[in-house]
Amino acid sequence: MQNGISDEMIEYVGILTKLELSEEEKEQAREDMGRLLSYIDKLGELDTEGVEPMCHVLPIQNVLREDVITNEDQSRELLGNAPCRRDNMFVAPRAF
Amino acid sequence: MAEKYETVIGLEVHVELATKTKIFCGCSTAFGDSPNSHTCPICLGMPGTLPMLNGRVLEYAVAAGIAMNCDISRFCRFDRKNYFYPDNPQNYQISQLYLPICRDGWVEIEFNEDPAQGVEKLSPSMKNPSLRTKKVGIHEIHMEEDAGKLVHDDGGDYTLIDYNRAGVPLIEIVSEPDMRTAQEVIAYLEKLRRILQYLGVSDCKLQEGSMRVDVNLSLRKEGTKELGIRTEMKNLGSFHAISRAIESERQRQQALLESGREVVQETRRWDEGKETSYAMRSKENARDYRYFPDPDLAPICISHGFWEKIRAAQPEFCWEKRKRYKAEYDIPEYDIDIITDSRQMAELFEATVALGSQPKKVSNWLMGETLRLLRERNLDPSDIRFTPENLAKLIALTESRTINSTVAKEVFEIMFTENADPEMYVKEQRLAMVADEETLRRTAEKVIRENPKSVQDYIRGKDRALGYLVGQTMIACGGKADPVGASRLLKELLQQEVNEA
Amino acid sequence: MELLSLSAVQLGRAIREGRTTAVEAMEAVLGRIEEKEEWLNCYITLDKEGARRRAQETQKRIEAGELRGPLAGVPMAVKDNLCTRGMRTTCGSRMLETFVPAYSADAVMGLERAGAVLVGKTNMDEFAMGSTTENSFYGPTRNPWNTDHVPGGSSGGSAAAVAARECFFALGSDTGGSVRQPAAHCGVVGMKPTYGTVSRYGLVAYASSMDQIGPLCGNVEDCGAVLEAIAGIVPESDSTYVHRKDSFQGALKRDVRGLRIGLPKDYFGEGLDEEVRNALLKAARLLEAEGAEVDEFDLGLSDYALPAYYTIAAAEASSNLERFDGIKYGYRAGNAEDDLHRMYKRTRSEGFGKEVKRRIMLGGFVLSSGYYDAYYQKALKAKALIKGAFDKAFFGYDCILGPVAPCTAPKLGESLPDPLKMYLGDVYTVAANLAGLPAISLPCGMSRAGLPIGMQLVADCFQERKLLQIAYTYEQCRG
Ligand SMILES: [Mg+2]
Ligand SMILES: [Zn+2]
Repeated sequence: MQNGISDEMIEYVGILTKLELSEEEKEQAREDMGRLLSYIDKLGELDTEGVEPMCHVLPIQNVLREDVITNEDQSRELLGNAPCRRDNMFVAPRAF
Repeated sequence: MAEKYETVIGLEVHVELATKTKIFCGCSTAFGDSPNSHTCPICLGMPGTLPMLNGRVLEYAVAAGIAMNCDISRFCRFDRKNYFYPDNPQNYQISQLYLPICRDGWVEIEFNEDPAQGVEKLSPSMKNPSLRTKKVGIHEIHMEEDAGKLVHDDGGDYTLIDYNRAGVPLIEIVSEPDMRTAQEVIAYLEKLRRILQYLGVSDCKLQEGSMRVDVNLSLRKEGTKELGIRTEMKNLGSFHAISRAIESERQRQQALLESGREVVQETRRWDEGKETSYAMRSKENARDYRYFPDPDLAPICISHGFWEKIRAAQPEFCWEKRKRYKAEYDIPEYDIDIITDSRQMAELFEATVALGSQPKKVSNWLMGETLRLLRERNLDPSDIRFTPENLAKLIALTESRTINSTVAKEVFEIMFTENADPEMYVKEQRLAMVADEETLRRTAEKVIRENPKSVQDYIRGKDRALGYLVGQTMIACGGKADPVGASRLLKELLQQEVNEA
Repeated sequence: MELLSLSAVQLGRAIREGRTTAVEAMEAVLGRIEEKEEWLNCYITLDKEGARRRAQETQKRIEAGELRGPLAGVPMAVKDNLCTRGMRTTCGSRMLETFVPAYSADAVMGLERAGAVLVGKTNMDEFAMGSTTENSFYGPTRNPWNTDHVPGGSSGGSAAAVAARECFFALGSDTGGSVRQPAAHCGVVGMKPTYGTVSRYGLVAYASSMDQIGPLCGNVEDCGAVLEAIAGIVPESDSTYVHRKDSFQGALKRDVRGLRIGLPKDYFGEGLDEEVRNALLKAARLLEAEGAEVDEFDLGLSDYALPAYYTIAAAEASSNLERFDGIKYGYRAGNAEDDLHRMYKRTRSEGFGKEVKRRIMLGGFVLSSGYYDAYYQKALKAKALIKGAFDKAFFGYDCILGPVAPCTAPKLGESLPDPLKMYLGDVYTVAANLAGLPAISLPCGMSRAGLPIGMQLVADCFQERKLLQIAYTYEQCRG
């Protein structure tokens, strides 16, 4: 059903997923995605009427922690990986 | 041919829960500490880390749902809301969309029908004949995590990020579009605040951001049923901002509709300083959150036993207390409204009365000095530190005339500040009134001797002179004399002077 | 004593009995690495000095009687998507080239507690997306049996390192076959435990609902020992972990009498290489001769596992990988400091490789508004049906025997041009991930070209002991 992926769709998915593609890559992505989706369309053959979507495969429920503080200040080590930091804070460019 | 429009308002209220730790990790939720001091690999969304739900969050959410008459879902789950923004370290927020924990509830609000009354005067304590009640539907309540704080640097080129708030547990309470005026909105928020504070689930401080309100507003032609296109207003930091923003947005939409244009569904940001709002539009932020069930978190099953346990622990709420107080205690309705406004105050009142103090006396201390000091020091009833035992002792000291009212106020302030034991304090500081007749008599005689002019005035019938002499006697006793006793004694002595004259 | 010919458990015993030391074992491994690594590229990060130091410390603790387990002193390798405190963890990606975690994966800590000694971090397809270990920012790994061929993937570095004896065992991760398939291609044993058996804390997520850490080992006995060390620990934080008290080493006995083994007809049909088919049937006959009941059956729905798998995996991956944005850790593109969204896009476009971007876009699409029901939701329903088909199968069989991959390891460069074709190579492995089932891959012969052939055994959830017992029996009777 979805063999024709439009340029707009590729553009839109790029915005959602924050990926910037060159013209060439876009063309490739359009083709790849079209093929993958028509393969996935095979699922359309399945009669799933009344089938409950299965998220978790095991019947695990109510896995809870206690409301107890377990962490000390480890920010110095944790910020150690940040490409840019100032005053013990992470730094990002401003959004416009 | 101006059409009449009806304003339709629904609210999304985010409330920070008063847990010790964050929703999915063991970091503290303490407010105001240095940047990123309450972070760990989990709440920073570091690669490979996984969340685990804080059980207290579940209890609080169910407690709120029960108090707001909701159906509690037997089975619920967390979903991921995906969007890129630096305040969320994973670039998705763990929230609930498909199966929220509470649904289909309502709260009853009391509000003033007369819009001219203004927001500030909406306390239900105002015995206003046009006070009305109304049910506001609760569409759902869901659990989610808070985001970090963005700090914009002076130059404006960079954003600094503090993730101390990231992962603090929230419940989002989504109302039905049942409100029509700012008055109703404020009354609804007051109601939520009281419920949540009584439950101990949140302190609901609008200014500190522990309660945040987004207003969804649309207009429709009066008499029609279908909802118009709505906007969502954000960044509302006070009740004042909320009512101003509602009025502003109502006017803006009405102007659009009257000129034949359409309202655009969008998120708008209120600018408190300029008293206006602007649209937050960006090509980069498509409103497509790609929600899907979070595979990292096990689903939640709420048993009847769990529900029953939370239900049984529900407190007596303020509207219930009010009714009971009116029947049980002989204190003015005005006092009742203020005392029951917070659970801490009400419980302090009840406990002190239970210790034998007279209700009106307890109420006086709460309504007078307690409120004064709270206001003066910018505190909340939840910050009250003194015990009902100590308040009862203080009241007993005044009742027995061990201390006079001036000294009592001084003792109260010490008690308020450090929960000092009034009996001990009075003893240590030797504040007990000069009670023995002999000392008082000698002092009064001295005052009479030293103030012949006032005595003459009194003899000539100037009653005011007595007051002056009482004052002088008090001063001479270092403020510790019983003014009533002093006055009686002076009258006695002066009568002798009159007789002699 | 030729140390490198010992299994991990044999080596551990030799160390405990004082016939060799952890230090000697480490030197043997480092020597082999010196000799082979240039050709194979099994490791992304090697910490030789640290490895020697750790071996010495471990030896002292063994001598002090503090460490007595079967793996004490045994050199191990860990796939580079498992976090190691103080040692960089790249996931095979440019994005994490400099990332040094402040925490270790629970599974790694379990092995360290057991006394195993970390050699280094193994190569992998970027973020575990791929079946050949060619999608690595750090260059491809080669198959030790024939360096013109790939080792399989995505845990190709781990499988090749075990096969080449550049370590005695390794950890991998398996989301759609990433432990079992490279194990098959490299002639080693690889196991994917039941979902929830091993804590995922510290495993950098690809598809959270299917990711599971598993051992790659020289034989089934080693596999049992490693599984026991990684399964029994209380997780730091993992809501999908299921604590069990099973002893996996205790399951190693040669006995399949009365066990029912099913061969799904769907897995032996078109697309399966003739040599692979013959090797599998021969293995099935051996088990039959040992007393197992073997017969064919219709599993059903097997054509739908792969499309369901790729939909779900891509969706979860697109969300899991959103955190890589240049702010908190890892790569950040230059020349984009003037605008947040430009920085995001540049960083992610330059930091991620082709295959990762392809799956992120696919995942973003199947979750986007208007397509969620048709794709993602539909895949979750297919998953429910597939789970049901396995439930039915395990009503009749103790274990399912089938191929791991349609053919032996392909040549380098052969699979890359056509992603769909590469995906089709996972057709036999993904179902176990969708249904959360334990599965093991073990060598069952060689192709005429001299490449290993793998056999897959799949059991019902939490039946690892049965699986290990059947695999062990096969290994023993194969000789
Ligand atoms: Mg929300
Ligand atoms: Zn944390």
